[in-house]
Amino acid sequence: MTRSFLLALTLIIALPATSFAHKVWLRPSQTVLSGPEPWVTVDAAVSNDLFYFNHFPLRLDGLEIIAPSGEEVSAQNESVGKYRSVFDLPLTEKGTYRIAIVNRGAFASWEVDGERKRFRGSPKELAESIPSDATNVRVTESIGRIETFVTNGAPSTESIQPAGEGVELVPLTHPNDLYAGETTKFRLVVNGKPAEGLTITVIQGGTRYRDAQEAKELTTDENGEFSVAWDEPGMYWLETSTEDDDTSIPQATSRRLSYAATLEVLPQ
Amino acid sequence: MNKKITTLILGCAIAGMAWADEPTPDVAVTIEIPRIDVSEYHRPYVAAWIQDEDRQAVANLNVWYQMTESSEGAGTKWLPDLRQWWRRSGRSLEMPVDGVSSATRPAGKHTLSYSSSDPRLAKLPPGEYSLVVEASREVGGRELLTLPFTWPAKDLQEEQAAGKKELGEVTLTIQPTH
Repeated sequence: MTRSFLLALTLIIALPATSFAHKVWLRPSQTVLSGPEPWVTVDAAVSNDLFYFNHFPLRLDGLEIIAPSGEEVSAQNESVGKYRSVFDLPLTEKGTYRIAIVNRGAFASWEVDGERKRFRGSPKELAESIPSDATNVRVTESIGRIETFVTNGAPSTESIQPAGEGVELVPLTHPNDLYAGETTKFRLVVNGKPAEGLTITVIQGGTRYRDAQEAKELTTDENGEFSVAWDEPGMYWLETSTEDDDTSIPQATSRRLSYAATLEVLPQ
Repeated sequence: MNKKITTLILGCAIAGMAWADEPTPDVAVTIEIPRIDVSEYHRPYVAAWIQDEDRQAVANLNVWYQMTESSEGAGTKWLPDLRQWWRRSGRSLEMPVDGVSSATRPAGKHTLSYSSSDPRLAKLPPGEYSLVVEASREVGGRELLTLPFTWPAKDLQEEQAAGKKELGEVTLTIQPTH
């Protein structure tokens, strides 16, 4: 399996394609930590079941980790396995780390001499790939964000401010301050602006041990906000996707956006 | 050897005298750590704090944890296992905290005494509060007890609660303010 094929695969998977039901996720070993330098280890995978690795690893090319100070930091011991990727992160600062894999991609299709051609790759490679005599050119941009949050000591908010690109979650309740029996409010933004009418799916992990997905479907209100009532402690996966035409690639006419987060809900 | 014993007896006598002379504390908390018969026993981490009616921690009384260095650093790594305490207070503290943190304690009854002039109590506005005691034990369980009380006490207040597994009897005695 070549690198480019895997990359393409990751891009497909990271997209909100309705025909593609696989879930993309990061799963930290724990989210609430203490000590001078605790470490978390994070799994990254693509699968139908939460949170089991049995399909594809998630590539770590787009890994972006923001430390509590707002500085970008690097993961350690990155490894891509058969079914999952893994990396470690020492939490040298007190506060909240935002751990994300951001995939920026482009799809294109065009015709040359009556023949249909396709492209899938990074926006950079796109321009070189389309010949000047191409006709019926259609370009779609894609931005997918897969993220999770971990905190050493008291939760902080510096690192979890929206970057202003694609779909992002603005946690009105801190993402590392979620407890069973409580209700959490979130806001979804697209390019930093509140997004109304987005559909959110929330699924608790451990799907292998129950008969149904038991997905909660929620919709953002006019302020882009929605609330989740956590019935039980556990790891939860939250996902949404949308489309618009606010593209950053010149040739692109539409943009597909996706977002997935893994959140830990603690017992009281 | 003889000298040692003499010192010990003398020490006990002095301690006893000091105890007899000591006035009854304004606030007394006893926490019983039960004897648990398991092959791998570790002393529990125990935290006690006062919360207001909104469950906000308003005073930290104690946290007992492993303060000595180990291969994984001092025992601060496991403090979040005291999960209510961690959420309400612990995560915002820089450990150790003077007058609050100390080493883990063995099974038995432990008494904590406070004067009502203790800044942690003196600053409390009159109202309804709870004493919360939480214990968490490595390779064991976790338990939390809540003892509601009124501050300051008009009459003698005696509260008690009993844990099922990780905590024994916890009592709170508040002398009326004169």
